[in-house]
Amino acid sequence: MSFLQHDVPLTWYLLLSAVLFSLGVVGFLIKRNVITVFMSIELMLNAVNLSFVAFAYQWHEVKGQIFVFFVMMVAAAEAAVGLAIIIAVFRVRATLAVDRINLMKL
Amino acid sequence: MNLSLHIWLIPLLPLAGFLLNGILGSRLPRWLVSTIGLLAPLLSFVLVLNAYALTSISAASCTGCGPVAAVPLPYVETFPYPWIAIGGLRADFSFFLDPLSLVMLLVVTGVGFLIHIYSVGYMAHEEGYARYFSFLNLFLFFMTVLVLAGNVLLMFVGWEGVGLASYLLIGFYFQRDSAAAAGKKAFIVNRIGDFGFLIGIFLIIVNFGTLNFSQIAAVLALRATWHGGVLTAICLCLLMGAAGKSAQLPLYVWLPDAMEGPTPVSALIHAATMVTAGVYLIARTHFVFDRAPFALAIVAIVGAATAIFAATIALAQNDIKRVLAYSTISQLGYMFLACGVAAYSAAIFHLVTHAFFKALLFLAAGSVIHAMGGEQDMRKMGGLRKKLPVTFWTMTVAVFTIAGFPPLAAFFSKDAILYAAFARGTGGVFLWLVGLLTAMLTSLYMFRLWYMTFFGEMRTADAHPHESPRSMRAPLIILALLSICGGWIGIESFSEYLAPSVGVHPIVSSNPHLELILTIVAVLVALEGWLIADKHYRRETERPAQLAAAMPAGYKLLANKYYVDELYDAVLVKPLFAVSRYVLGWVVDTAILGGIAWLLAGFANLSGMILQRWQSGNLRSYAAWLTAAAAVVLLFVLVAQGALPMALPLTRMMHTTGAGH
Repeated sequence: MSFLQHDVPLTWYLLLSAVLFSLGVVGFLIKRNVITVFMSIELMLNAVNLSFVAFAYQWHEVKGQIFVFFVMMVAAAEAAVGLAIIIAVFRVRATLAVDRINLMKL
Repeated sequence: MNLSLHIWLIPLLPLAGFLLNGILGSRLPRWLVSTIGLLAPLLSFVLVLNAYALTSISAASCTGCGPVAAVPLPYVETFPYPWIAIGGLRADFSFFLDPLSLVMLLVVTGVGFLIHIYSVGYMAHEEGYARYFSFLNLFLFFMTVLVLAGNVLLMFVGWEGVGLASYLLIGFYFQRDSAAAAGKKAFIVNRIGDFGFLIGIFLIIVNFGTLNFSQIAAVLALRATWHGGVLTAICLCLLMGAAGKSAQLPLYVWLPDAMEGPTPVSALIHAATMVTAGVYLIARTHFVFDRAPFALAIVAIVGAATAIFAATIALAQNDIKRVLAYSTISQLGYMFLACGVAAYSAAIFHLVTHAFFKALLFLAAGSVIHAMGGEQDMRKMGGLRKKLPVTFWTMTVAVFTIAGFPPLAAFFSKDAILYAAFARGTGGVFLWLVGLLTAMLTSLYMFRLWYMTFFGEMRTADAHPHESPRSMRAPLIILALLSICGGWIGIESFSEYLAPSVGVHPIVSSNPHLELILTIVAVLVALEGWLIADKHYRRETERPAQLAAAMPAGYKLLANKYYVDELYDAVLVKPLFAVSRYVLGWVVDTAILGGIAWLLAGFANLSGMILQRWQSGNLRSYAAWLTAAAAVVLLFVLVAQGALPMALPLTRMMHTTGAGH
């Protein structure tokens, strides 16, 4: 862990986090496959996790690290529910394209 | 010795009867309904008798200290937990027994019980038997609460309650439109009076800080120089309530219509007990009225005006019950007149004798109506003397009593009132004259009723009158005996008994010669009324029609009751309806309130129509909006913190204009 202690400044981690988050946002917006959209969300969550850890390290605060566990836990639950919904939708509609899944339309 | 009289049971027993008959009555056999309905007032009456015995008969007389009552009056029973306690104001469920309330209780439960017995026979073939008895018991409950109440607020509860019972019983035959309308009319007209009563209660709270009768009296006793002013206002408000309940001018209009109810109800509620509540209220709060001479004068004027006004209307009525209704209004006017000249004990004395003879008159009239198969028009009666001997003789007693012949009950009480008025000075002599004229009219219309009903020939071919059953005859006979003997106690000893409640007032004769002369004048006047009736309705029966033809305008005025109902309709009811329908209904409700509601609904509808386009159902458009909104929020936060170089142009501007850069 010595490279963390000496060489890499906080800004780099935050930049990496921002890049990952933006990738997630773009994927969330432009991808048609529900599973890809889902993975984009996971990417955003983990980008935020990275910021948390970096800040926690920088400020010697354990709270940020603990928060990451919460996020991971919620993400795991979300993955379980989300995948179940995706499978159920696929069984009914025989497609995973979000444009075709517009049942909520008035 | 600490005896309890259990006066709290006096109201509660009829309440129990009401609940039993009201809830279970329709499933019980008739004999059980009658038993429950009769037992409640009987037990209450026994309790009242017990209270009377224990408070007036000595339990132990020690030598030298005279007789000592087992329970001294006034006697108070209070429910241990307060009913209302706000700041310093406190109202309890407290029952207050003094000579005044005891006399009222004897009348209410005694006459009430007799009328319950009568009802068993009268209502035998009617629908809604259990409903009738439960309402009658409900009335007794509220009436005894009214009489026993130790504070104004509890009295008001009883006051409103008897109004409710009256409404329910007037509208007993609710299938008939006229009965339902009469019930509503009684309720609404009484509400006008009750409005005044309520204002009076508020004024009492503000000015006395207590509702308790004895505490109000104590406050007044402490401030001996307090006269008129706000006390007059309080008294006039209370008078408004009393005039509503006791059917005085100008609020009497509901009582004649109240005759739509069953006849025993008319006897109990609209003659003997409830309508006298106004007189009772004034006697109960007499210590306030004594300090407001102007209000007392108004009471006397209202009473005298009502007495003669109603008596003239009664002359031209042909419905037997309506004659009696106007007679009741007129007699209540007498009681108000007595209150107005501060002769409260005379008023209560007349209240008691009136309860006897007016209940008797109504019950006898009910017996006639029962015999005639529901016919109430006296023009279709006649010659019933032989067919209904018991009814005839008891009615005769009642007619002679109300006309004021000695030695019958009303002779004593009416005499006391007239004497008290005469002894009141110049204005009093005028009141006395009005009272005297009313006495003559009373005698005239009562003998007219007597002759038209019982003498001459039967004027209907298809009627088969028959004497009433024993359960109806027995109360008639008892009430006839009471009407004969009820006045023998005499005004002197009666006012002596009442003195602790209503104070001593100088109506006891100071000048025996004057009193004798006045008495003879009163009896002569009554005799004159009888002779006129005898001439017009027995010997020369064509005379009344000729008289009416000779004075068509006067006769029509009387027969149509001075057009007061029409006047109220035109001046009050019609404008109120018009305002309700057009101003309140169309302008306020439809236009303003409806318009606002329509605008609000239209706005919601319109914004919904616009916003629903957002709900495309397309997941990616939702995501785009979400992201855009998050970006806007982020941008906003950053700009607010000055983290972004958005303020750059501003900074540059400052640099170019600033000195040195």
